[in-house]
This record gives sequence, structure tokens and C-alpha cells, in this order.
Amino acid sequence: MTQTTRAKPFSLQNLFSRFAIYAVLIAFALYFLMPIYVLVITALKPYADVSVARMWELPQGLYFESFVVAWSKVAPNFRNSILITVPAAIISSFIGSINGYIFSKWRFRGSNILFLLFLVGMFLPYQGVLIPMVLTLRSVGLYGKVVGLIFIHCVFGIPITALMFRSYYQGIPDELVDAGKIDGCGFFGIYRYILLPIAAPAFAVVLLWQFTSIWNDFIIGLVVLSNPTLAPVTVAVQNLTGSFTTEWNVQMAAALIAALPTIVVYLALGKLFMRGLLAGSVKG
Amino acid sequence: MKNLSRRQLLKFGAIGGAGLALAACTPPPAAAPAAPAAPAATAASGAAAAPAASAGGKLEIFSWWTVGGEVEGLNAMFDVYKAKYPGVEIINAALSGGAGQGGNMKALLETRMLGGEPPDSFQVHLGQELTASHVVAGRMEDLSDLYQSEGWNTVFPKGIIELASYQGKPYSVPVNIHRSNVLWYNKTQMADVGVDKAPATWDDWFVYADKLKAKGIAALAVAGADPNFSAHVFENILVATIGPENYLGLFNGKTKWDDPAVKTAMETLLRAHTYAQPDYTSVAWGEINEVLSSGKASTMVMGDWTHGALKSMKFTDYHWAPSPGTSGVFVALSDSFGLPKGVKNRDNVVNWLKVCGSREGQDAFNPLKGSIPARSDPDLTKYDDYLKETIEAFKTNTIVGSIQHGAAAKQSFVNDYDAVINTLVSGKDVAASMTQLVEAANAAEFGA
Amino acid sequence: MDSTWKVESIFLSMAIGQTSLPATVHRVRKPRINRDMLLAILVITPSIIAVAVFIYSFIAWTFWISTVNWNTSVIDYTFVGLKNWTRMLSSSRFQIDLRNLALYAGGFMLQCIVIGFLLASLLDQRIKGESVFRTIFIFPFAISAVVTGVAWRWLMRPETGINLLFESVGLGFLRSKWFADPTWGILFITIAASWQFSGYVMALYLAGLRGISNEIKEAAQIDGCNSWNLHRHIIIPMVAPVTLTAIVLTGMASIRVFDIVTVMSGSGQAFSTDMFAFHMFEQMFTASRFSLSAVIGAFMIILSAFLLVPYLISVRRESEQ
Repeated sequence: MTQTTRAKPFSLQNLFSRFAIYAVLIAFALYFLMPIYVLVITALKPYADVSVARMWELPQGLYFESFVVAWSKVAPNFRNSILITVPAAIISSFIGSINGYIFSKWRFRGSNILFLLFLVGMFLPYQGVLIPMVLTLRSVGLYGKVVGLIFIHCVFGIPITALMFRSYYQGIPDELVDAGKIDGCGFFGIYRYILLPIAAPAFAVVLLWQFTSIWNDFIIGLVVLSNPTLAPVTVAVQNLTGSFTTEWNVQMAAALIAALPTIVVYLALGKLFMRGLLAGSVKG
Repeated sequence: MKNLSRRQLLKFGAIGGAGLALAACTPPPAAAPAAPAAPAATAASGAAAAPAASAGGKLEIFSWWTVGGEVEGLNAMFDVYKAKYPGVEIINAALSGGAGQGGNMKALLETRMLGGEPPDSFQVHLGQELTASHVVAGRMEDLSDLYQSEGWNTVFPKGIIELASYQGKPYSVPVNIHRSNVLWYNKTQMADVGVDKAPATWDDWFVYADKLKAKGIAALAVAGADPNFSAHVFENILVATIGPENYLGLFNGKTKWDDPAVKTAMETLLRAHTYAQPDYTSVAWGEINEVLSSGKASTMVMGDWTHGALKSMKFTDYHWAPSPGTSGVFVALSDSFGLPKGVKNRDNVVNWLKVCGSREGQDAFNPLKGSIPARSDPDLTKYDDYLKETIEAFKTNTIVGSIQHGAAAKQSFVNDYDAVINTLVSGKDVAASMTQLVEAANAAEFGA
Repeated sequence: MDSTWKVESIFLSMAIGQTSLPATVHRVRKPRINRDMLLAILVITPSIIAVAVFIYSFIAWTFWISTVNWNTSVIDYTFVGLKNWTRMLSSSRFQIDLRNLALYAGGFMLQCIVIGFLLASLLDQRIKGESVFRTIFIFPFAISAVVTGVAWRWLMRPETGINLLFESVGLGFLRSKWFADPTWGILFITIAASWQFSGYVMALYLAGLRGISNEIKEAAQIDGCNSWNLHRHIIIPMVAPVTLTAIVLTGMASIRVFDIVTVMSGSGQAFSTDMFAFHMFEQMFTASRFSLSAVIGAFMIILSAFLLVPYLISVRRESEQ
């Protein structure tokens, strides 16, 4: 079959419509970047220059003072966030990869209903269950501990990580699994030798999104750790932005610092992430 | 579908490693955390607590004092404490979103109290905010003995001890007193319209406001984005129209909330709002001082933390007076600390309360915070002109509790009250709002 | 919007990837009860227990508390049936919340789907620098709702921000009160929320569009279809699963929205920007009305079930084709 889409004749109308497409895309790109632009230029201004009247103006010079001040205020919590998020993201991804494997390749009676129950559980309004959460964690001795918080994040992550990996594994033909069984692979063997090696895009997606989700959480982290000095960085940012002072440049700098890790992780894993996202629908 | 290439593995490793290295390099939290940093199960966290009072141990203080003069004041009190009890490690668990704001701090406090792991001591507004919550539920210790041994029964004013008490026993120690009913005004603008002193009644204020309006100046600074701001203004109008005796009666059933004076107060509030600065509905409470300091509005009815805020903004062209119609009345609110039952470091907390109620502690805290001490024997040299005046007023004025700041009524009523004022200011339907307010009062069972 | 649900959304969407093209037929295998199967069940059991305890028992707790008389600081488990329900559902603030939810959900859904589809269609045209554009459009997704709220709050201040921009280019008449508008304030918050999420919907649509084989498009063009008809009769119906997913996800997010509203405007005047989660939080931690707050929580769960269950049934049915 010839690719007629590429053989469109070159015409002025064609050129114009290409131009229009790029124009729209660039306009949207500017729209999407606009808030970040504001955050960044405000953070780079000294306090005296931060005036609502001149909000859009570029800073006179590059003042990193506000970043220094913001960092000194959020650094301890930043550290907490790393110690919470990195293990939690990794562990919950692995749990999801095994659960997803089970749901997709080892269907037992009732596993579909079970899976649906998992999914429905995703939509728990966590702000409303903080009290039973505390009481339950306390009764198992996990209250106030970082381990407890990691545990809770993993539990809340069980449904979606399982969903993601299940979807991904469903794209892998069952024949591969059968072949493995014939070769003598058991439950763990198939996971380890057949599915795990090709699960990289799925891991990228799950890791990225668990990282983002856990990093951006604050109320669960705060309540489970029961101590503001152990709380995640989002709490520190809120302390600054929710206050009665108007040190805008420091607040913006703090917001940027808090947002940085997720952006960095996203940029680094971006390609793998898109591949994982698209892997669901594009067949080779 | 490719394998996890070496390159990608390295990327993961690099990111993870960089993250952990960064975490290792950044300073650890100010105090050693109760929980271990590494994800390994530990022995009971109670093992960290040291036994004897004079020896050491920890002291975890919850508050919502996270910025500015508040933090400085708190740290000053910590210094006083540390000088007396050097072995104790103070954990400053300050978090925004405190009592009236219903945010993070309140959520954390509630989950800990209900979860059976109370903080050693926590900041709370003196009065019903504490009494109707944790005192009534039996979660706070009675401080009668401490009041006796520290001599507070003679040095705290009676009105304050009453606010602190439930069934005759005090449950918290007030550190400071703020005044709710203050009118802040721009001096230059007042001179510009030929007025030489602050309006004494609301009628006078409206005359003044019209003069300002003729000059194109907005008379009232309003933070419309936070409806609780107007609720604060309303309580002071209420005191003015109904008088302090009847105001007190509102909370013990002696005065009815459908009193015509309450209706008048609502009408006055609405009328005052017609003199608000343009775009006032988008201004948040945290931004209101700028409105005053930039001259966008000329007067403001707000608590006296405004003084500290304006000073820190280097604004000086202002002065103060009691909110119109409330001369001789002191609408008070206070920050206090109590002793929850079952705390881990009880002796340390008792010592903390002693510092809170001591002359030294209060004189260290209040000048920085911008409030006056609860004690009647402060070292006046430490306080500026506004505070000196206020200390005097506090001695002689009739003291009533603020609604908005948790003194006069329990928090659920304040919540309802805020909702009523919220609706009143935007809907402008006084009759409907009166009905709602009476409903809220019935739900609160005043005087029951 | 809340961070936790974002993760969920991406993976729900992956499920649709399986349903948009039934390229792989999954034969339902009759499981052999053997050692491996038992091992599988054993391995998944801890997860089942965890979900049962930490999610379902909490849901049950919420419903139970909504039927008792615990509306003060003093814990009280006296059963009162539906008293709290009638009180809460008839309260004016609750009804305003419902209205706000409808507005928010509608505005949020519409923007995300329209912008997402538009951007995906454009990017599908073999654009130079497609990955750069894609990155720019998606990366707000990685930013927390708090930071988003802070930035957009700043942008929507009436005396500056976007209004200032409008004025400086002569479009002063477009000045607005934004989220301080007493009637439509809630819609302006959806602008900030959709800024954060449209990129993700775009990625979904892109995946869906890429799944439409070129043969179909070419065949339509040979048949004389112009671009508009092509979209209307072929492309849009074929990405219907994506649209359905987007509707469900944005609906879910709308029911549970909390962070962004809290940071930008709180309840607003006359509760014009009040939303369920915020209301629930306030009832619980400010007013100590635990049972009333639980009513809101339970209501949110019921709403979510209404939205989710039909969707799940349809996904399940399709995956068993």
C-alpha cells in the first residue's frame, strides 16, 4: 500500500495550513509555559523588585538570594521527601509488577472481580479517613515512623500499579508464557525470565508516576509521621505560601525547588514513559 | 519492547543515587526525629525518651507560629526555657494552618489527640476553642495546682482565668493577649480630610468615610477573599451595638441572638462594606496590610497583630484607636498552652508551662510577637508605645472574648458564624442571615 | 488536583489501550489448580489483605461514622440512622457544593478533552520537534497541585497577572475577577486545573490516534472525504474509548479536588468555590463534626462508584471479547 499521505502536492494552501498548525502549537506552548515563567522570574527578583504591578517584567539581574533562603527553609523536609519517596516508589512498583503479573497471567476464579474491587478502592477520599488511618497504623506499631508512611503509600499504590502492569502484560502474548511453562518455568520463573526483562517501559511509567504522586502528597505524610519536622517538602512549601507575609520571591523559589525533582525525573524518563504509554495501543 | 538497556539502568541509578546523596548532604531536621530515617524497623520509639525532669529528654511544642515575629517570640521563650533546663531537647513542631484556619496544623493535632499520641504541648486559643474540644472530652489535665503554686491566680486578670477555666478549673496557661477591636487609620489621609481624631462611634465613622469618599479614597480595607476577615469586623460591630454586657449574655443564654441590636450590627456591617476598596473580593487576609500601607484604603478594623505587621513593612503613617463604639471594652483573644493527658515528657511540659506563665517568659515573647502579656506585672520598658497603651487599657477595660478567635464560643459555632457572615456579605440579605445565625446559636446550645 | 489520583488515571487509561483495538484476543484459560496457581494466590494475598484493611475497612468506617452521633470533640458512637444525612444533604452549603461540582466537572472535562484532542491531532501531523512540544504540554502533570495553585493564584490576581497582560495588549475589556467572581469563580479554577492535566489527556489521544491505522485514513480520503468529515465520522468515533476514559478520569478528579482549591481560593465568598473535599476537611478538623463530615465522604464515594462502575463493566466486557 502506498503512503499517499506523504505524497500530498506542495501547495500554498498546504503551506498555510502547516503554518497554522505550528502557530497554534507554539501559542499553546507559550500558554503552558507561562506560569512557570512567572514562578521563575519572581523567584529571581530581590524582594524590593517584586511588585504586583511589574509582575511580567524580567528581573534586572539574576538574584539567587531567594533560592538560598527558600532552600534553608525547606532543606530538612526536602531530605525527608527523598527518604520517603524513593523507597516507596521503588517498592510499590515492584509490588505492582508482581500483582499485575498475577492478574494478567494467572487468572483464577474470581480474579476479575478481585481486580475490579482493587480498582474501586483507588477512589477513596483519603482526607476523610485520616483518623482510622492513624488508629490502624498505631495498632500495628507503624504510626509516626517513616516505614509506616512508606507502607501506607505502597498500600494506596497497590491498585493502580497492579492495573498498569496488568495492562502492559496483557500486551504480551500468552504463547510466550506457555512456552515458558513448557520449558519448565514455574510462577517465579516466568516472572523473572520472561516478563521482567521486557518490562522496562512499564517500570518507567509506574516509577515516574508513583514518584510524582508520593512526592506531591502532603497530608498523608504529615498525619502519618505525626511530626512536622519529619514531614515532606510539600508541607514546608505550604508553611511558606500559606503564611501572612508576602515574601513572594521566596515562596516562588520554594515552590520551584519542591517541583524540581519530579520535573527532573520526568525529563529523564520521558522517552521511556511515552513508550510505555503508547505500548498499550500500538501493536508492532 | 526493548530490554532495560544499560544506559537506562545507569540513568535510574544515577537519579536514585543523586537523590540519596543529596538527602545525605542536606542538613537533617532541626531536631533528631522520633522515627529513624532509614527504612528499618526500630525498637519502640519510647526508648529515646530520657527519664528525669532535670536530666533531659524531649519537649515537643506544636504551634502555628511559622513566620516573622511569631517565630522570634517563640524562640525567645525557648531560650528562656533552655537557660533553665539545658538538658532538654526542644522540638519546634510549628506548622501553618492552625486553629481557626482549619488547615494542616489542626488536622495533625486532631489526629494525634484522637489517635492517643498527644503532642507534649500545643498552642491553642484561650477559651472555648480548647474547652469545648479537648477539655470536655477529658483529654487535658487540670492545672489548678500549677496556678496555685505559680501564683497565677493573683497575677492573671480574673476575666482571663475565667476564659481558661471549665467548671472552675483552669486548663491552659495564656502567654499573650491580643486585642481584636482596634481601628487602624492612615494619619495623613485623616489630616487631608480635615479630621483630627479617630471616629468614636460608627455614625462618626460613616461621616468620616463619606469625607474620604469625596476625596476618592476608600474608607475600609477589606480582605474579601477570606470571608472570616469580615467575621472579625462583625464581632466588633456587634460589641459596639449590643454593648459588652449583652454581648457576654449571648454566650450564656441571657441574650437572644435575634435581638434587634444584632440585626442593626449586620446592617452596619453591610453599610461599612460599601466603603471597601475596589476589587476587595480578591484580596486575601495575608495581603490586607499592603492595602493599608499603600494607601488604597484608609482605615481597617483588625486585631493588633496588625501593628507588628505594619512595623515590619516599615510603614509608619498610621495610628490606632478602639474600634468605633467599643471604647472601654477589650475584646480579647489569647494564645495559650496546656497539658494533655498521657504525654511522654510530662515534667518537661510542666516546666514549659511555668516558663509560659512567668514574667521572664512573657516579657521575652510578647515584645517580639507584638502582643501584651497576660500577666499584670510586665516590665514596661520592653514594650513599645502601642503595647504600653494597650497594657493600660487591659487593666481597666471590660474584658470580653473574641468570637472569631476561639475565646467566646466553641469552634463549631465559629464555623457556622463564619458561614453566616460569608453569606451576609455576598448575599446582603439581613433577614435570611439573621435566621441562619439564630439557627447556628441554637445548634451551639448557649447557656444549656 | 490531588496527586494520588493522577497515578491512577494514567493506568486506567492504559486499560483502554487494550480495548481500542482488539488486536490480541485473550482466550480465557481454564486455570489448572497446581502448585504455581496456589503460589500466585499466596503471593497476592498480602495485597488483598492490605487493600481490605486499609481501603475497604476505611470506607466502611466512613459509612458507619456517618450514621452515629459524633459531632463534637467527645467521641460518641450512638446510632442515629440517617439523621446526619438529612441534615447535611439539606444544608445550603452542601447544595452549593453540588452546583460547584457540576460546574467544575463540566468545565474541567470540556477543557481537557477539547485541548487534549486538539493538541494531539496537531501533533499527529508529523511535526518537527514533536517530542519537545509533547514534553512542554505534559510536564505540568508532574507539578503538584499546590505549586500549580500558587502560580495560577498569582496570575489571576485582578490588579496584575493576566489582567495586566490583557491591558498591555489592548484587550482590557477581557479583565476579569477570575476566581473571586462570586458566581463563576469555580470555572476559573478549572483553567488552572486543566492547564495541569490537558497534556496528559493529549498523550492519551495521541496514543489513540496513532492506533488508527493509516489505511483507514487513506481509504477515506480516496473516497473523497474531506478533513472535517474524516474527523467526524471516523476519527472521533474511533477514539471514543479515550474520550470515555478522559470523562471518567476528569470526573473522578473533580469529585475529589482539594489541594488546588485550598491554595487558590478556599471556600470563597458565599462558598462560590467550596468543594466537597474541602468542606469535609473543615467539618472534621475545624468544627469537629465528625459524623457530618463522614456523610460528605460517604457521598463522595457513592458518586465515584456511579461514575466508575459502569465504566469498569464496559472495560471488562470488552477485554473478554
